[in-house]
Amino acid sequence: MAATRNNSSNPARIPALGFRALALVFLSMALMFLDHRDQHLGAVRDTVGAALYPLRLVVDAPARLWDWSSERLRSRTDLQQEVEQLRREQLVIRARLLATNSLQAENARLREMLDAREKVEDRVRVAEIMAVDANPFRHSLIIDVGIGDGVYEGQAIVDQVGVIGQVIEPGLLTSEALLISDPGHALPVEVNRNGLRTIAYGTGEFNRLDLPGLANNADIREGDLLVTSGLGGAFPSGYPVAVITQVTRMPQQAFADVSAEPVAALNQVREIMLVWSTPPVDSDSSDDEATDDESDDDE
Amino acid sequence: MSRDRASRHLPIIVTIIVALLLTMMPLPRSVDAFRPDWLALIMIFWAFSLPRSYGVGIAWIAGIVLDVAQGALLGQHALALCLIVYLTVKFHLLMRVFPLIQLTATVFALLALYQFLLFWINGVANVTAPPATYWGPVVSGTLLWPLLFSFLNGIRYRVQSRG
Repeated sequence: MAATRNNSSNPARIPALGFRALALVFLSMALMFLDHRDQHLGAVRDTVGAALYPLRLVVDAPARLWDWSSERLRSRTDLQQEVEQLRREQLVIRARLLATNSLQAENARLREMLDAREKVEDRVRVAEIMAVDANPFRHSLIIDVGIGDGVYEGQAIVDQVGVIGQVIEPGLLTSEALLISDPGHALPVEVNRNGLRTIAYGTGEFNRLDLPGLANNADIREGDLLVTSGLGGAFPSGYPVAVITQVTRMPQQAFADVSAEPVAALNQVREIMLVWSTPPVDSDSSDDEATDDESDDDE
Repeated sequence: MSRDRASRHLPIIVTIIVALLLTMMPLPRSVDAFRPDWLALIMIFWAFSLPRSYGVGIAWIAGIVLDVAQGALLGQHALALCLIVYLTVKFHLLMRVFPLIQLTATVFALLALYQFLLFWINGVANVTAPPATYWGPVVSGTLLWPLLFSFLNGIRYRVQSRG
């Protein structure tokens, strides 16, 4: 056997094993310390990440092939139906857009009258989620755009119905994003109905967010829509996040037990949109921002 | 041992790449919790069967690659892999005389230690995950070990007898 041949030629000891292991343990500790404190190791991550890109492509290939072939092999009637449906949807959306245009103009006029800064529209770009599993301890995903496309850390990611998450690790060719359902994620939101501000925390479940900071007498009910408040700087304001599903008020406790369900299907989307948001909001809300920043994002 | 370096190192490089692919492969959520620690299993095997060629160094490098692949704290998996490979190399003579059942039990202990180290570092770095996520890979990895062991042994003998 190879094993016995190995051992008969040398003594059983392997030279400098303990020393090497100890050195590497200290090296990893130093790396972790540096990585956790601040991002000095971006270059290492980028290099290794670029080397991993072919592997990610290989892993992603079956899903891509499946998409491609199911696209090719669809029947004519199916396609016709889809075209029909899209046409109808487009009509509806056009009609709505007409109203929106006039509303926008009106809004701009009103803002001018109030002497407030005009709200610039956000720039949006479509990206695709790669079918690659990232960290099992976090709700994260890999998207197929990188620094070259202008992606930056903390960038908001939405789909057609609501907020999904944010970029936490922009790489050269692919980037890693954190979902709003990750237990380490916190998102400044406001209730669309009355502007009540709070923070939505991820729970580790795809269909539930927690809102622990609401007092018992807060004006919030089931069915309320939460939208991003834009405080904290990372997310542009006004994007839908979640709908309140449950409000439990217990008289003996100071805070109500409120949970919400994200409007975006966090574990089903494939195509997402990256939002380049405009710089932070007006100066009169800067004190709120300061307090929200601490509890905002985990990174 | 007069074979050329490339063919000698090929099996381990290929198995590491396959392990990385299996780690990144998307799985349904229900199965995902029981995805084995492929890289840890592979590294334990090579450290156990060829302790002189493959030791803590290659485990550390593979760990760094895994850290980047998973977006984990840089050095987290490197540290955990390095330690379990150190233990495997240290006690490889003892483990050689174990029957397969006892060897599997040892692998269980090593995998548990690996997950505990990850859990511990996650705790220090404030990454919260439900404790149950740490147990699935240990159980599935242990159950898989006898199969993987005989499979990789086959590969190893084929490569060695060819040279």
